Amino acid sequence: MDSPSKLPYGPAIVIHALANPTRFLKLARPLTPICFWLGVALIAFGGWGALTQIPADYLQRDSVRILYIHVPSAWLGMGGWSGLALSSLFYLVWRHPLAAIAARAIAPVGMVFIALCLLTGSIYGRPTWGTWWEWDGRMTSTLLLFFVYIAYIALARADDERGGDGRIPALFGIAGTALLPIIRYSVDWWNTLHQGQTFGVTGSSMDSSMIWPLAFTVLGFTFFFAGVVLMRMRALLAQAKVEARLRRMAA
Amino acid sequence: MNVWPFVVAAYAVTFAASAGLSLWAWQGMRKAEAAADALRKDK
Repeated sequence: MDSPSKLPYGPAIVIHALANPTRFLKLARPLTPICFWLGVALIAFGGWGALTQIPADYLQRDSVRILYIHVPSAWLGMGGWSGLALSSLFYLVWRHPLAAIAARAIAPVGMVFIALCLLTGSIYGRPTWGTWWEWDGRMTSTLLLFFVYIAYIALARADDERGGDGRIPALFGIAGTALLPIIRYSVDWWNTLHQGQTFGVTGSSMDSSMIWPLAFTVLGFTFFFAGVVLMRMRALLAQAKVEARLRRMAA
Repeated sequence: MNVWPFVVAAYAVTFAASAGLSLWAWQGMRKAEAAADALRKDK
């Protein structure tokens, strides 16, 4: 077992080891289909459970079934930005190009999930609250995160085209995390149409007979997200390899 | 009010977006890796 004095170096060593593109690809190639198909299977099972096996909610009736895809979308929209910000931080601290590639790969996937969160939330809101949209704290801050994703994608693309060193998109990625606690606590800070937190550190306000499909859809969408991000990272790495080789051939 | 059309719409939107996203990512990966392999073989 490592001595306590060595422990802080552990994560850094793992990050440095994985930051080698060859080593990363060796791991990513088999992991991509595993993550993707495991995610699809878990989503299919959780979706079947949500649509056919749980009872209708006493208050929300059958519209509660929408939450089994809305909650994972929200989790991955916000979790995606956390991953993007962490990758940006690693890039700024250690200057590993793979960290910048990870941030760029996460951005469009996270953007799709936050868009799905907004869309499924809006569809849920119409029969439950009687409105498609309300400019309250939770919905407005989530919409802002969607625009922040778009801004990051545009900024990263502009930085690549102008031969930038990637520091500006990385700083933007870190600055964007300011939105995450606003989204998380908006239902506590402001009087809002959106319901309060269903899940906390100490437990859930959801009945145990209704919770199990959510565990499958959350886990399934997380694996699916990882699989798609790995595909994007492999594509970006291959593109970078082609560009580098073409530059060498032209020189 | 029958809420099932809303439930079906939410699942359909999620399915379509997830399928489109994975197809886009998979095609992009295949195309980029094929280009990198072709260039390596030409060397």
